[in-house]
Amino acid sequence: MISTAVILSALELGCIYALVALALFLSFRVLNIADMTTDGAFTLGCAVSATLAVAGHPLLALPAAMIAGACAGSITALLQTKLKIPSILAGIITNTGLYTINLAVMGFSSNVNMMKSKTLFSLVQPALGSVYKLLPAALITLVVAVLLVVFLKTRLGLSIRATGDNPDMVRASSINTGFTITIGLCMSNAMTALSGAVLAQYQKTADINLGTGMVIIGLASLIIGETLLPKGKLWMKALGAVAGSIVYRFIIAIALRLDLPSECLKLISATIVALAIGLPAIRGAMKPATKGGKSKC
Amino acid sequence: MLKLSNISKTFNPGTVNEKKALTNVNLSLESGDFVTVLGSNGAGKSTLFNAIAGSFPVDDGTIRLDGVNITNQPDYKRSKYIGRLFQDPLKGTAPHMTIEENLALAYMRASASHSPFSMISAKERREFREKLSQLELGLEDRMQSQVGLLSGGQRQALTLLMATLVTPKLLLLDEHTAALDPATAQKVLNLTQKIVAENHITCLMITHNIPSALQLGNRTIMMKDGTIVREIAGQERKNMTTENLLKLFHSQGVENDRILFSADLPQT
Repeated sequence: MISTAVILSALELGCIYALVALALFLSFRVLNIADMTTDGAFTLGCAVSATLAVAGHPLLALPAAMIAGACAGSITALLQTKLKIPSILAGIITNTGLYTINLAVMGFSSNVNMMKSKTLFSLVQPALGSVYKLLPAALITLVVAVLLVVFLKTRLGLSIRATGDNPDMVRASSINTGFTITIGLCMSNAMTALSGAVLAQYQKTADINLGTGMVIIGLASLIIGETLLPKGKLWMKALGAVAGSIVYRFIIAIALRLDLPSECLKLISATIVALAIGLPAIRGAMKPATKGGKSKC
Repeated sequence: MLKLSNISKTFNPGTVNEKKALTNVNLSLESGDFVTVLGSNGAGKSTLFNAIAGSFPVDDGTIRLDGVNITNQPDYKRSKYIGRLFQDPLKGTAPHMTIEENLALAYMRASASHSPFSMISAKERREFREKLSQLELGLEDRMQSQVGLLSGGQRQALTLLMATLVTPKLLLLDEHTAALDPATAQKVLNLTQKIVAENHITCLMITHNIPSALQLGNRTIMMKDGTIVREIAGQERKNMTTENLLKLFHSQGVENDRILFSADLPQT
């Protein structure tokens, strides 16, 4: 029922979207912030990447998209830490503003076509053959995941983790929480934008609506990963985000095979996230006698 | 060393909920002073600590530490040289991080020379291990355990170690043993005494326990309605008994059930 091509494409997309899951691992799990900038930052990555690829710079497009994403993250962080806007609202405000920015990056057109442009994948196609899409995507995700885990063990990384874990304690340890939140949000949105950048070149098109619902898809992947892998060390959690993202793509592939119309996918994603996050409460309601004390990450 | 001049703080000014939390508080601490702070609930003890630590800006007055005016410094900058423990043992540590990582965070206060991208070194690990073994709680063998798995007493002892890992100029103890069972409280109190004496730390400690207020430190101040109403030091403090201090409380109009209770308790 499922062909090699379907498996290959699920793996490819899983690796690309895993960057969003890793980004949400940093913002949602580590920093304890539901970052609504994600949708806009993803599209921003797509837009920057597509525009630069069309201009003949498919490789430069990736770091450029990351910088753009980091800028978007810094705006959300600024709204949150300096103007004291609640974090969810800060993300929504940036996200709304980004819609115009994204259109502007694409030359006020709602999509950019890269059919005739060189992409990161077309550059390596002669050398890699049939895995010319999977290998670069997997490599990028692997490098980002390793760098993220190593970073979280550095002094700055420890400060960021503590900021999400116990802000009271962090201030008493002479760490500026405004600074750590800013660094964390810049990094997570840079990762999200990188994901968008790779995806745009992967499918040779960028669209203003590509990022819609991305935060939910990322969360679904993250939570699937957490359910599948044992709780434990940081690298296990990062691995879980990547694995969750791949599993999510397989679920979608199967759903499509079952002739579910693709319009239903967002509803399925939303249901997965609602069920996964609500699972402890559902379990608690079913077993009222036992006390359900589920710890964060 | 620490000099508070005319510190005032009013919460919700101009509303029906207006509360004068501190009124013209003056306090001067010499280096090595260990001052215990007594007072009923709402007397302004914790507000005084918050003012010193910079949790909020004061309305009036100046705070000087070692001659430097820190009145307008944000809290995270002051915490470079002011260590602080709260009543809630959960407040001072990050539960989902390991003991070692928590200590590394505390250590960052002094290690400005370290790159933010450096990791915990083997030398630091040895140092943490040695310091943890001084607590005599066996934590030195659990450095990779998550702090959330420790008991309240263990967490408070760890917080104490973290606050003093880099010797602070000033240590603020806000009823840091009140949430612990009597035996554990005594243990943490002994540890406090030992660490403060060994490192010659200037210290302010809020307590509701009269015996320990007299037993620990070299000065005792009493607070009421946002002001310091009485200070006991020197010979007067040496001769002071629990009963006499209670009488003094009544004469100052300070009433507090928790203090009355603690005075009846035998010293554990």
